[in-house]
Amino acid sequence: MRAFLHPVLGAAGFVAVWWLATWLRVADPVLLPSPVDTWRDTVAEFARGPLWNDLLRTVWRTVQAFAIATAIGVPLGLALGARERVYRAVEFVVDFFRSTPASALFPLFLILFGVGEGTKVAVAAFGATLVILFNAAYGVINARRTRVLAARVMGAGEARIVWDVLLWEAMPQILVGMRQGVSLALVIVVVAEMFIGSTDGLGQRVIVAQALFESGLMYGVIFLTGALGYAFNLLFLVAEKRLVRWGGK
Amino acid sequence: MDDGVRSEAATGESAITVRGLRKSFGGLPVYSGFDLDVRRGDILAIFGPNGCGKSTFINMAAGLMPIDGGSILYGGRTVRQTRIGYVFQNYREALFPWLRAEENIRYPLRRLGLPRREIDRRLQQLATDFQVRFDLRRYPYELSGGQQQLVSVMRALAVEPEVLFLDEPFSALDYETTLDLRALLQDVLKRLRVTTILVSHDLEESIALSDRLLMLTRRPTAVADDVAVDLPWPRTSHTLSEPSFVALKRRCLDVFEAAVAGRV
Repeated sequence: MRAFLHPVLGAAGFVAVWWLATWLRVADPVLLPSPVDTWRDTVAEFARGPLWNDLLRTVWRTVQAFAIATAIGVPLGLALGARERVYRAVEFVVDFFRSTPASALFPLFLILFGVGEGTKVAVAAFGATLVILFNAAYGVINARRTRVLAARVMGAGEARIVWDVLLWEAMPQILVGMRQGVSLALVIVVVAEMFIGSTDGLGQRVIVAQALFESGLMYGVIFLTGALGYAFNLLFLVAEKRLVRWGGK
Repeated sequence: MDDGVRSEAATGESAITVRGLRKSFGGLPVYSGFDLDVRRGDILAIFGPNGCGKSTFINMAAGLMPIDGGSILYGGRTVRQTRIGYVFQNYREALFPWLRAEENIRYPLRRLGLPRREIDRRLQQLATDFQVRFDLRRYPYELSGGQQQLVSVMRALAVEPEVLFLDEPFSALDYETTLDLRALLQDVLKRLRVTTILVSHDLEESIALSDRLLMLTRRPTAVADDVAVDLPWPRTSHTLSEPSFVALKRRCLDVFEAAVAGRV
């Protein structure tokens, strides 16, 4: 009950402060609309339809980017982690591009993939892949040596060991990587929707609402992206709990 | 090694034959020309001061660590060509926590490609042999330490190994559990005549569980004493207080102290 009550109280407190600020006229209502106005404008936009589409587009792009990143990052990370010397050789490159702001790569990806759907998904997938790969590789590198030896003594070959032991040993870390990866993919998709010729998506919606001074809607969509990011995060936290029941035991 | 043991090797009764074993770490030799023969069905305990290379030996014998020179053969075959079982000291890190206890035991049998019915038969047999009274469908982390190590032992014996390696199998368990598990283990090992190498840093355990006790010196490792343990089986907690056991332990302690002091 408490676990549920505290976040609700926190959110209520936040709305209360916000409402107080608008009531005291801390800022121009055009810059800071009240919570009620924000709610009303956002619900109205949902009712009219297009905001649903924007939400779905953003989710779909993020899911695509994340799926690609997982499909590449997990197997590659496992393989590299199993050959630690190879991983050490590529570690710098991985770390370097993992640290490079993905937004700096927009122009490059625009050249490679053109002004379209592909670029947004590709940049997001690129960033998320490196995060997932890095975590998967470290999960394998930190695998309990005894378990690998146990499998070897029981007649498991190298490929078997990767599948039967290393994948499971790395599972907690892989899920952490996937959780970080999906969050990053969402960030990149939203930014890409703002700046790479988009006609839909939450990112595009925020920037259009801002340009048209529809500040109630702008705040609403910002909160919507926040809720989306939070939901993705929560999904993976639950998955971690369900899939890695042995964690920490 | 005396000639008696050598001639047994020639008649094929030797399950393990070590010749001229060499191993060094960072230029420091641990083994430089080590010989050993272990008779089929014997439980050989290896005991010695810390860092004498007990675990190194068992790891090399099980093929988990490369050797620098010499040979370790099992009836003329390499370890890769031999069915072996290995029980690790740290059961927490040796069992697969993502598999149920029974799936852990089935794992090596699946690797052998045995048919499902045979795998289930062996699982049942092991559960009977070891008088398992807990639910094998539970996960390792839901079991006590003793139960987990029992599962490790069952997993190692499931393949009906020609040689069983026990690397300090009881050192992480409390005394009561150790006595229980020791009694179960000796019963099964003696009945099935499994050739076993036990590494232990507990002298009492080494004597109580072995047919033969090898006392090792400090590095470079040599045999300080090769003790035949002629106590009758089964060995119970009463065995531990019998004069013959106490005398044997005294003798081994003297050798051990000399080995630690470097007088051997």
